[in-house]
Amino acid sequence: MSAHAVTIVVNGKRMERTVPARRSLADFLRDDLHLTGTHIGCEHGICGACTVHLDGVPVRSCILYAVQADGAEVTTVEGLSPDGTTLSPLQDAFVECHGLQCGFCTPGMLMAATALLREVPHPTEAQIRDELGGNICRCTGYQQIVEAVQLAARTGAAR
Amino acid sequence: MIVDAPPSEATAHRFVGRKRRPVEDRRFVLGRGRYAADITLPHLHHVAIVPSRYAHARITSIDASAALALPGVLGIVTGPQLQAQTKPLRQYLDIPGVEWFPLAGEIARYAGEWVVAVVATERAIAEDAVDLIEVGYEPLPAVLDPEAAMDPASPSVHPSHPSNVLYRRTFVWGSVAADFAAAPRTLTTRYRWHRSATVPIETFAVTAAWEPGSALLDVWASVQMPQFPEQIADALGIPLNGVRVHFDVDVGGSYGTKRGIKHAVLVGFLTRHFGVPVSFVEDRLENMRGGDMHGPDRIFDVAAAYDERGVVRSLRIRTIDDEGAYPGRSPLQMGKPVGAIVGAYAIGSVEYEAIAVTTNKTGQVAVRGFGQAPTNFALELTMDRIARDVGIDALEIRRRNFIQPEQFPYVIPSGTAYDSGDYPAVMTKAVDLAGMAELQRWRAAARAEGRIAGIGIASCIEPGGGNAIFQALFNDNDKTTTFPEGCQVKIDRTGTISAQIGVASSGQGHETLVSTLLGEIFGIEPDTIRVIHADSLAGLPSQSPVASRMAIVLGDATVGAARRLREQMLRIAAHDLGRAPDHCEWHGPAVRAKDGSGERTWLEIARIAHLFYHRLPPGMEPGLQTQFVIEVPTGGTLPTPDGRVQMYPCHSFSAHVVAVEIDRGTGKVTFQKYALAHDCGTVINPDIVRGMVMGGVAHGIGAALYERFIYDDDGRLITQTLADYLMPTTHDVPHVEMVEHETPSPFTTMGQKGVGEGGYMSTPAAVVCAINDALAPFGTRVDHVPVTPVDLLELLQ
Repeated sequence: MSAHAVTIVVNGKRMERTVPARRSLADFLRDDLHLTGTHIGCEHGICGACTVHLDGVPVRSCILYAVQADGAEVTTVEGLSPDGTTLSPLQDAFVECHGLQCGFCTPGMLMAATALLREVPHPTEAQIRDELGGNICRCTGYQQIVEAVQLAARTGAAR
Repeated sequence: MIVDAPPSEATAHRFVGRKRRPVEDRRFVLGRGRYAADITLPHLHHVAIVPSRYAHARITSIDASAALALPGVLGIVTGPQLQAQTKPLRQYLDIPGVEWFPLAGEIARYAGEWVVAVVATERAIAEDAVDLIEVGYEPLPAVLDPEAAMDPASPSVHPSHPSNVLYRRTFVWGSVAADFAAAPRTLTTRYRWHRSATVPIETFAVTAAWEPGSALLDVWASVQMPQFPEQIADALGIPLNGVRVHFDVDVGGSYGTKRGIKHAVLVGFLTRHFGVPVSFVEDRLENMRGGDMHGPDRIFDVAAAYDERGVVRSLRIRTIDDEGAYPGRSPLQMGKPVGAIVGAYAIGSVEYEAIAVTTNKTGQVAVRGFGQAPTNFALELTMDRIARDVGIDALEIRRRNFIQPEQFPYVIPSGTAYDSGDYPAVMTKAVDLAGMAELQRWRAAARAEGRIAGIGIASCIEPGGGNAIFQALFNDNDKTTTFPEGCQVKIDRTGTISAQIGVASSGQGHETLVSTLLGEIFGIEPDTIRVIHADSLAGLPSQSPVASRMAIVLGDATVGAARRLREQMLRIAAHDLGRAPDHCEWHGPAVRAKDGSGERTWLEIARIAHLFYHRLPPGMEPGLQTQFVIEVPTGGTLPTPDGRVQMYPCHSFSAHVVAVEIDRGTGKVTFQKYALAHDCGTVINPDIVRGMVMGGVAHGIGAALYERFIYDDDGRLITQTLADYLMPTTHDVPHVEMVEHETPSPFTTMGQKGVGEGGYMSTPAAVVCAINDALAPFGTRVDHVPVTPVDLLELLQ
């Protein structure tokens, strides 16, 4: 298995590592960088739990290789809070609306919704449901997630 | 930290029933949850599995030489090796000849069954090794259909057992034969609940580390399983105090399915065998085809006896349940519905036949509702059939048959007393919320335009509390009547409060539950209270967070512990004030002499208890700590010989009203309206209760319309990715309107009942009842789930 040097800016920090060609971006984040907030649910690009931002665009980190992110900027759920403690408006809205239960799909939901609010600061319910349609949640039935995104839009989540 | 909030007008509670942000949510939105796959240990090794390619085959050879030569591979273990050194996994039926181990021995009994386990330094290397292992198979005839499996001429899944029927019993409660003979009308019908599950997004994960120096097996697992440490200890031959299951692991969804006993026993074996910590995180294929997580797979034959008004007098229900190759605990899922076998209806007698059958599929496991979602589906569809037969609507048939509020406690024919409820009122709330008159106009207008539209109504009883007495009901040799739950509470010398619970949580918000109740009893702001998850050695007895039981049993254990500490604190303060305890009283978070001569604050009492022994009442132990373990309310009694049993203590209720339209061209079902009314007694956290119901509805929509484990004719699972096994998305779950009703339970301290399962129990019935209403003008109906677009297009042609 060939090894490759990669440089990826993750949550604003420059990370230089050597990885096997076949290592997924999700495994790279979790195993090499110990950023375990990114979750792996299916490893075939359906469930959306592993969603991160690659140069600002939401992607499935389970079906990207780490080497494909070489030279790019990656944001994970750990990068949403400005200091690791203060909640972003969207994170705060998820707590306020209890838009989660077990928390496993939550990082992917937050990354997808953050991207939506950046593009569409005041989305309709249909736009929210459309944007989150690629992220499966088994706990909530989505309603409190949709309400959380609506609340975040009202409180100014678009950053 | 001490608050003196005015009690809520509705509940007279400070914190119970009020908006409160769930404690757990903060760490989850920060990406700081700690799941089993996040656990790292020095020298951690990883497992991958060689699965059986055949539904039924004799394993003739295993050649792992190429795999063992691969750098990074530590070794492999085969079934015969493992079976020689472990005991079979526990099955809850007495079924001699049916032995279940983590790895197949000479025979593989379903496609996907684990045959070889590989241990390597990395999961990727273990997967490479799996590809290099050559297994020789001699295929055997397989049996996949449960009714075919009942035929003595069918292939035998477990030749050492007399037949593929593992359990069969007919219960008769009341004068069924006479009621049928006397009834003016009867009907019979058949339903099919196909195999699906609640499929968490997190697969099962377990890490284990054996420490030979202390002879201790540490286990971190994504588990929701009664008697989990006991089963690991039994299978591995380790004393129970040599197994430490860490419950401070966040579980990424379970809804009943995260049992993982074979996973944990395998990994426990591997860590002892190889002398390194070992982790197994199922990939999605391992999870779907061999994770033992499929739910009920049932055929119902139902007969009903009733009068011209549609008043039901008696039911005969036969259930055939396909357990797959290894039944484990799953047949008991035909037992739990016994505790609500007539649903919300005053039906006088019931005959119930439960048949558990083994086939060449992956083993079935507990799923949300523990078998009652399918049973309620059969019951509610039967009510609709009766309504059509006597010419009344779906609402009227239910109103005519509901148990009335003045009849509680109401004992159903199978011996269980329902605690409380007001089913007509809740149904009326649901109908009003849905806007029934408006919906009926919508339906009429749609039909006038040639569209296919229907309205469905369903209700369900949601038993909560987890008195798992179905173990004894289905197995005469199992005399277990204790299904405990406990809570430990400490107040330290600075006055802060901490509590320990002995379970892992999979989204239910147990930390929020316990801290809310402690805050309520103590009059202390709940957000200052710490709740931690003990490990199985440090924690108290627990039956695990199944069966919608934690608000009831963990809740009341918490209240019990808090009341004990309050009483102790009052005695300390009284002694220090020089008064008799009955001359003192709590006033906010302080104890006062009733004559107003003095008081001791919360902090003063805590400091006396911890630091000033000379001021403690003589003989009192220092510190402020206690533990409280409770048995399930109304539990503790074995079934009668004729199978009457007090199952769960508390009975929640919900009524769903659903309007759907079926697209004539595509067969797609869309929702025009989804409204429900819900009664789980006293609500402790409104957002958590709502989330539980909404999530259950989504699971129910999945079961009704999308989700099915489909096997091909050779017994291979063909829906084994999430691209084939379809789970509802934001596009498929509609906006749901919901209203609460509160009928407190007399058996709990706050009047609370269970809430985890009712959404899932009602929804499949409600959705299919709506579909059948839409199909009624075409003279056809569906009697199965999931109802796919293809099914509907075929019916409409």
